Amino acid sequence: MNNSRKTQAWISLMIWVVIIAAIIAAPAVLPVFRLNLLGRYLSLAIVALGVDLIWGFTGLLSLGQGIFFALGGYCAAMYLQLNSAFEFPNGIPEFFGLYGVEKLPFFWEPFNSPIFALIAIWLIPSLVAGVLGFLVFRNRIKGVYFSILTQASLLVFFNLFNGQQKLINGTNGLKTDVTLLFGQMVGSDVVQRWFFWISAVLVIFAWLFSKWIVRDRFGNILIAIRDDEARVRFTGYNPTIFKTIIFAIAGGLAGISGALYTVQSGIVSPQFMTVPFSIEMVIWVAVGGRGTLLGAILGAVVINYAKSLVSEALPASWMFIQGGLFILVVTALPEGVLGWIQRGGIRNLLVKVGFSRNIATYPKLEIADREDMKV
Amino acid sequence: MSSPLLQLKDITVSFEGFLALENLNLSLQPGELRAVIGPNGAGKTTFLDVITGKVRPTNGDVIFKEQSLIGKREHRIARLGIGRKFQSPRVFENLSVYDNLALAVAIPKKPFPLLLGRLQGLQIDRISQLMNIINLNSRATSLAGSLSHGQKQWLEIAMLVGQKPDLLLVDEPVAGLTDEETELTADLLKSLSGENTVLVIDHDMEFIRRLDSPVTVLHQGQVLCEGSMETVQNDPKVIEVYLGQPEEEKL
Repeated sequence: MNNSRKTQAWISLMIWVVIIAAIIAAPAVLPVFRLNLLGRYLSLAIVALGVDLIWGFTGLLSLGQGIFFALGGYCAAMYLQLNSAFEFPNGIPEFFGLYGVEKLPFFWEPFNSPIFALIAIWLIPSLVAGVLGFLVFRNRIKGVYFSILTQASLLVFFNLFNGQQKLINGTNGLKTDVTLLFGQMVGSDVVQRWFFWISAVLVIFAWLFSKWIVRDRFGNILIAIRDDEARVRFTGYNPTIFKTIIFAIAGGLAGISGALYTVQSGIVSPQFMTVPFSIEMVIWVAVGGRGTLLGAILGAVVINYAKSLVSEALPASWMFIQGGLFILVVTALPEGVLGWIQRGGIRNLLVKVGFSRNIATYPKLEIADREDMKV
Repeated sequence: MSSPLLQLKDITVSFEGFLALENLNLSLQPGELRAVIGPNGAGKTTFLDVITGKVRPTNGDVIFKEQSLIGKREHRIARLGIGRKFQSPRVFENLSVYDNLALAVAIPKKPFPLLLGRLQGLQIDRISQLMNIINLNSRATSLAGSLSHGQKQWLEIAMLVGQKPDLLLVDEPVAGLTDEETELTADLLKSLSGENTVLVIDHDMEFIRRLDSPVTVLHQGQVLCEGSMETVQNDPKVIEVYLGQPEEEKL
């Protein structure tokens, strides 16, 4: 056990060295277009971390993370739109003119403040997730019913946002690339480079935060809820509270992720709340490795980068590859790629094909290592 | 004697017309060890479900430490001091033995203390004490899922004891255990009574005999008879509904 923990720590460390080296090298090596894509995918890694917390650890398969992702995106876009609205009639964002709206809707007002916007980006999705989660968990809705309910909520939010032209430009969404931030165009290379750095740093912070959440007994309770919720109750814990908290945390992470993704892709729209996108988030985590955190980051970044490369070369083929990848993981690597590696998958594979001998499993050596076996 | 620790008054549980329990009355004194037996379908598990808040009785009242448990949620009842061991061993399979026990002994069982606080020395001592009792010290870091059936049963009992409940409800603790493990479990439960109140449900007669405690016989949701093992075994009604059966099973 101790040995395998050490191996896991070494694998994580090696992966982190590669990730950080890649992040530092990327701005020098990649053209801005590619750098921007990488930045977007790093921001998606943050929503994936949230999915890993609720699904990988707690066993709550949410198919509605797009709601919180989009809410974060809208919060960022509303601030940016207001920040550059002075040049338009009535001093309100341009799209309002299309629908004859002359006065800013009341809920836009607080987004004039950058501090409010920065807090709203994670707090609003988090609160929505917390309230939604509490109602669902209190009524002990679990398993597949929970998943269906989250997907239904996603559709509700999609339709709500899609239909509100006069309030938030409905299906067209809110553009951010032509807005201003500190007097610079958000879509410009300079600002985009900054957002790349911010995404990279926030991924690392989000990972540290998630790691801190699960490092000790709180994380153990989450795993215990996944294993046997009734037992948790009879042990004296109230699972509803723990599930609500972790769902709200995942919602907040999704909001941060959505905001970063929005400013790097130039627009937020109800398309962020389509069903396939929220399912993809789950696939990233499943492929990367449930319950590993690092796997969620790798899954989100690698799959999305592969997606853009494959789509450029063979436009129609990505869906088949993604489907195939998911089936492969479900059938052959149920613990995901990182989970498989952490459990000695590569070594076992090498042994199977005859490249290496499995020396470490000599029983004598293992016994000699174990404290409790010493006479 | 002092007032009873637990008292069930006229408990009736009806599942869509089927009476799982019917006007059941039972009381337990502090420190008592009590065995409850009964044939399949007698309502033994439902009876535990009512006490622990999993099933709400159609009628009647459950009094524990002079307050009613009706309408209280499971975790509240657990915090009041009632621990329950399930029929098949239920431990957290993806946590280590140590972590399983750490969750059981934690106080308070609230999110923020768990996130920010650490186990205290006293609790760590308690965990190693418990692991000693169940002989799993050498497996402290093993996942509970990798334990044998008997070890899981014991781990679950240890988790129960770790909660420091005033009342331990133990549902078929020796199902699937070897004879030796059964004997050890009986001794373990006997050693727990006195300080704790223990209620054991089972239908392994040898095991119940070894517990050497008062026995309550349930049949069709009602108390059929109560008394020492001797009295119960010689009661004609009991022989008819229950003790007659093992003879048939042997065929």
